Amino acid sequence: MSAGFVSAVYIAASILFILALGGLSNQESAKRAIWYGIAGMFLAMVATIFGPGVSNVFLILVAVAAGAVAGAVVAGRVQMTEMPQLVAALHSFVGLAAVFIGLNADVMLNAVNDLKAAGADLHALVAAKDITGFGETLWHKDATEIAILKVEVFLGIFIGAVTFTGSVVAFGKLAGKIDGKPEKLPGGHMLNAGAALLCLILGLMYWNGAGAWTMVLMAIIAGFIGWHLIMGIGGADMPVVVSMLNSYSGWAAAAIGFTLGNDLLIVTGALVGSSGAILSYIMCKAMNRHFVSVILGGFGGTAGPAQEIEGEQIAIDADGVANALNEADSVIIVPGYGMAVAQAQQSVSELTRKLRAAGKEVRFAIHPVAGRLPGHMNVLLAEAKVPYDIVLEMEEINDDFPDTDVVIVIGSNDIVNPAAQDDPNSPIAGMPVLEVWKAKQVFVSKRGQGTGYSGIENPLFFKDNTRMFYGDAKASIDSLLPKID
Amino acid sequence: MKIGTPREIFEGEARVAMTPDSAAQLQKLGYDCAIESGAGIKAGFTDDAYAAAGVDVVDSAEALWSGCDIVAKVRPPSEGELDRVKPGQLLISFFYPGSNEALLEQAKGKNANVIAMDMVPRISRAQKMDALSSMANIAGYRAVIEAGNNFGRFFTGQVTAAGKVPPAKVLIVGAGVAGLAAIGTATSLGAITYAFDVRPEVAEQIESMGAEFVYLDFEEAQQDGSSTGGYAAPSSPEFREKQLEKFRELAPEVDIVITTALIPNRAAPVLWTKDMVEAMKPGSVIVDLAAERGGNCELTVPDEKFVTDNGVTIVGYTDFPSRMATQSSTLYATNVRHMMTDLTPEKDGTVVHNMEDDVIRGATVAYEGEITFPPPPPKVKAIAAQPKKETAKELTPEEKRAAELAAFKKATKTQVTYLAVGTLILMLIGSFAPASFMSHFIVFALACFVGFQVIWNVSHALHTPLMAITNAISGIIVVGALLQIGASSWLVVLLSFIAVLIASINIVGGFLVTRRMLAMFQKS
Repeated sequence: MSAGFVSAVYIAASILFILALGGLSNQESAKRAIWYGIAGMFLAMVATIFGPGVSNVFLILVAVAAGAVAGAVVAGRVQMTEMPQLVAALHSFVGLAAVFIGLNADVMLNAVNDLKAAGADLHALVAAKDITGFGETLWHKDATEIAILKVEVFLGIFIGAVTFTGSVVAFGKLAGKIDGKPEKLPGGHMLNAGAALLCLILGLMYWNGAGAWTMVLMAIIAGFIGWHLIMGIGGADMPVVVSMLNSYSGWAAAAIGFTLGNDLLIVTGALVGSSGAILSYIMCKAMNRHFVSVILGGFGGTAGPAQEIEGEQIAIDADGVANALNEADSVIIVPGYGMAVAQAQQSVSELTRKLRAAGKEVRFAIHPVAGRLPGHMNVLLAEAKVPYDIVLEMEEINDDFPDTDVVIVIGSNDIVNPAAQDDPNSPIAGMPVLEVWKAKQVFVSKRGQGTGYSGIENPLFFKDNTRMFYGDAKASIDSLLPKID
Repeated sequence: MKIGTPREIFEGEARVAMTPDSAAQLQKLGYDCAIESGAGIKAGFTDDAYAAAGVDVVDSAEALWSGCDIVAKVRPPSEGELDRVKPGQLLISFFYPGSNEALLEQAKGKNANVIAMDMVPRISRAQKMDALSSMANIAGYRAVIEAGNNFGRFFTGQVTAAGKVPPAKVLIVGAGVAGLAAIGTATSLGAITYAFDVRPEVAEQIESMGAEFVYLDFEEAQQDGSSTGGYAAPSSPEFREKQLEKFRELAPEVDIVITTALIPNRAAPVLWTKDMVEAMKPGSVIVDLAAERGGNCELTVPDEKFVTDNGVTIVGYTDFPSRMATQSSTLYATNVRHMMTDLTPEKDGTVVHNMEDDVIRGATVAYEGEITFPPPPPKVKAIAAQPKKETAKELTPEEKRAAELAAFKKATKTQVTYLAVGTLILMLIGSFAPASFMSHFIVFALACFVGFQVIWNVSHALHTPLMAITNAISGIIVVGALLQIGASSWLVVLLSFIAVLIASINIVGGFLVTRRMLAMFQKS
């Protein structure tokens, strides 16, 4: 394949990727969009492998085949509730790959420089296939270009390393292997800032020709930054973290694209990077938080004591909830992370089916940050075959709560916390929330009396029209099912 | 003072204005009670029961009229009855002073004081003596029962071993007290109930009773119910046309029509015309609660039930409350007793006819030789005026254009600023970076831009699939490793090999998971 042909395929692949992302604007076209993405990826890989300047095809096929099998196994086995950690884990791969490719670029740059110094002839090397396509690109670079290349290598490795360790930590937190509470080493953000400064110094040394060790060291320090940064962010902010890491993996790919002079990498990296950035922005807006304060961890800018909450949490048993449901005409279910943890989506779906069969209006209200991934709840409910046209966003359904007979809150806490509106001193003040308390009756399915991920008390649980339905979400909903007629 | 109730002489009237229970209460107010022998028989109250309650049972009407200071009855008095009235005697009954001017004159001539139970103003305080409401409540209930009696099917839909029964469709026109009572009865019997009223503010009440409000697609200045004391006012001809059009559309569908539309002091409006009756299915039933005032249905014959040529039964009875005499007598007697309570502030058995009191003044139609009808408007409004809805100020076209222009200018300004700053930065980079870098940089900038444009349109529910698919395509980084794997250095080959491997996991895993997720989304 000629270089021109490869470029043409790259253009086609870029367009296919854009269509793949654009197709996600609705559920029906999304089913087509995924095939655009697969086709684009297939074209790009084939064109690259059989394009000019690539050898060791056997090794490539082995690696791709092994990776494909591993990927297929993982994707086939994973439970839908484990989706967030899978996505986080996959991000880490992109980050690590970016680090390796960046280091390779440096090694190869040195090799090419050695060859140049030895007075080798480029044409002879190309003819003898002793040099890769990338090596050839490197050969042609002048001093300025090499300087820029070094900056790109630095950026690629830095972002890649942060993405790698950050994703690993995010994976650990989401999978429950690491405690979800924010933890910081003494020194906190100063430590991060110091480490970043150190990276910058190493980068400058590298730029001035200090050798490859600076990059390796820098990668390790950047890895520390990623680890420490994400360790300091609480579980409730994970949706933002995951989409931010998604964005980073894109920027890392784009930086590598610059290094290699490969437009496809640049385009795709930029698409992924901007997509992740917008998602993070949407998430932050939904939580009324600044991106910076999410990334730096903890809740910023609270003053004064939190409002005193009066009253008590009144418990109710399954019979009481079932009676209320049998009498209700309209029901709204507000699922949260607790539903995912308890794997209750199938039971909730069954409950929905029964209630709908009894002629009741059942709808789902999804807060933008419910769960641990943007859109997490939608996916879980879709898995349990809840029709997506009764699953509504916060803006679509918030005005309907006053006309609703029964609201069932399943394992969500902060997203239904009235303190966000009532209490200016609350850490979540100003965050848009689902106004469930305006309904006639609210049932909260919850494991115990503890607070949510953000660790703040929820006045909703103390309201007159709220009853607490304690117990594991799945067991609770299952106990309701035989009582609904 | 003595309060007495004669036997109703109106033919077919079964109600009575005093029950043994109400008599007991009246005695507590300090009154002596008397009743004409046999007055309560049709309502199920025997003379013995009255006597047991301490009521003086009088043999003749004459003796009762002459022996009592206060006479309470149900129907407006006949001329003959009014002849018996003594000067200064207080008469409490329905009177309909608007259409009974001759009677009113006669009462004035007799120097009698007359309290018309139908003139009790509709204010909260007076609800306990609002006999019209109590009677309307009964009429509404009875209308549905009467309709069911003449209707050949179930109200509620049933699926039985012997076949499926569709639910009856009931249309109720006019959602006053009677209409609402009818809605409640019809829905509780299981019928699908629709209701219509010219006052849009009752839509909420209709829906609260379980019926569906029939909305008219009509733009008109809303009638504020408070200005007419909660009663309907005549509607404009255009509105009426629209309304009839809607009814015409409904006529073939509904099984039972109950009309209750009345406008105070006017003939009942004709809302259910001949052609609508003809359009109805055979076996359908119309119950016209407005029959006494001419009827809402064009074909109604007052006091009669008949079947039209196309098999529609039209019930035009005017005596629904009387058909449930025990219930209506109990309620009416209680209303009268409450009226007496207000007239006897000291509970000493003497009437204090306080003409300053809104309720008493409003209900009194003749007092001390004067006709006191119509009463002045009550000091307390029956219903709080509807708060004026905050409407967004209508912008004039000029203002609108100005606002649009300002917004446009602002947007332009920010965009131009961004563009200028962006261009400046690009130029800055361009003046230092070599051309080869810049060509890639242009690609990068454009791709970012495309990404921003595309992602904003992604549906909220698909954010997780979006993340999975972007994750998969970020595996494109494999291309970088592919370009390097052929290098001669073993280190580069090893690192590239690992990079290709893990990027492939990412690509395949990401796409497969995305596909799994997307396949799950389904419509109901």
